[in-house]
Amino acid sequence: MIIAERKPLAEIVEMTKDHEKILVLGCRGCVTVCSAGGDREVELLASLLRLGAKKEGRTLEVREGSLVRQCDKEYIDSLDDWKNDYDAIVSMACGVGVNFIANLRPSTVVYPAVNTSFFGGSPEQGFWTEQCAGCGNCVLHLTGGLCPVARCAKSLMNGPCGGSQNGKCEIHKEVDCIWQMIHDRLEHLGRKEQMLEVAPIRDWRPAGHGGPRKAVRDDLSV
Amino acid sequence: MSDFKPNIRAFCCHYTSQQTCAEGPEGLKDDGFPESVSLFRVPCTGKIQVSALLQAFEDGADAVYVVGCPVDSCHNVKGSQRAAKRVGAVKQALSELDVEPERIEMFHLERGFHPEFVAVAQEMDKKIKKLGPSPLKGESA
Repeated sequence: MIIAERKPLAEIVEMTKDHEKILVLGCRGCVTVCSAGGDREVELLASLLRLGAKKEGRTLEVREGSLVRQCDKEYIDSLDDWKNDYDAIVSMACGVGVNFIANLRPSTVVYPAVNTSFFGGSPEQGFWTEQCAGCGNCVLHLTGGLCPVARCAKSLMNGPCGGSQNGKCEIHKEVDCIWQMIHDRLEHLGRKEQMLEVAPIRDWRPAGHGGPRKAVRDDLSV
Repeated sequence: MSDFKPNIRAFCCHYTSQQTCAEGPEGLKDDGFPESVSLFRVPCTGKIQVSALLQAFEDGADAVYVVGCPVDSCHNVKGSQRAAKRVGAVKQALSELDVEPERIEMFHLERGFHPEFVAVAQEMDKKIKKLGPSPLKGESA
C-alpha cells in the first residue's frame, strides 16, 4: 500500500491560515490502513486545527469527511455532497488524491495534509517499511521476490556494492543489505545459480524517467 | 491569576477509581480531592481515543489527565499502555500547537482505594493553577 505521514501541524496551519471554512477530507484507502489519513485522523486533524485557530483568535470552521477513495473520479464526484460549502479542501489522501481533486475540480483550492512516503508493508503494528519502488519493470522473479530497486540504497542490479558489510548496508548499520538477503534466500531455495545471470543495462523509462506514466486497459472501458 | 479556577478533566478506569468513587463526591471532597477536577470513568483507559482527549480541550478544559492501571498489571493487559501512548500523542500535539505539554498527563496507579488517587488530582490542580488558563481557550489571543 501507499504509506503516508501527516505533515507537521505548523505546515498545515500555514497553508490554511487565510481560510475561514475548510473541509478536512480523508481517504478510506491506503492512508486509512497506515493510519495517516482515514476517518480517525480526519477527526484528530480537524480538532487540532480548531484548537490552533482558537488559540490564535482566528475564526475557522472545520468540516470533516472522507471518500471511499480519492483516486477515482466516481468518488471525487461525491464531493458534491458538501455543496462547495468550504473555502478549501485539506486532503489527507496520498498525493494521488490531491492531484485528482485538482484535476477534476478546477475551482477548488486543495492542500496536502500528508507527505506521501513510499510503497510499503507493515511487519508489525505501527511500523512500515519500503518494499517496492513502482519502477514499472519488475525483476522479483530473478531476485527471490526481494526488490533491489526499492531496497538497495543504490538500486544495484547485479549484486552488492563494496559497502555491504556483515549483511548490512553502509548507509546504516540497521539496514539489511538486500543483495545479501537475495543471496541467502536464493541459496535457501536452491536457486543460487540465478545470481550468475547478468542483468542487462536497465531501461529506466518505465520507472518514470520517461515522464508521467499511464496504464490503459481497453477491455475495461466502454 | 489568584481567582483562576482550573477546569481539569480526569479520565479514570473502572479499576483505579472504583473504591475512591464509591465514597461519592462528598467523601472525595473530604479526602481533599480538588473541586477543579471532573471525573470521567471509563471501563478501561485503553478505550480512550486521542480524539476524546482533544475534545476535552475543545470543550474548555485547562488540563486533562488519565489514570490507568500499573503498566505491567492492567486488568485488560495492555489498556493502560495504550492510554499512555495516546496521552503521549496529545502531548506531542500540544507541543506542535505551542502549548505546554504538561497540560496532559498519564498516571499509573494501583487499583482500589489509595491516597495517590487524590494526590495526583492535587498535583494537577496545583500545576495548572500555576500555569494558568489553557491558551487553547483563546482567551489570551
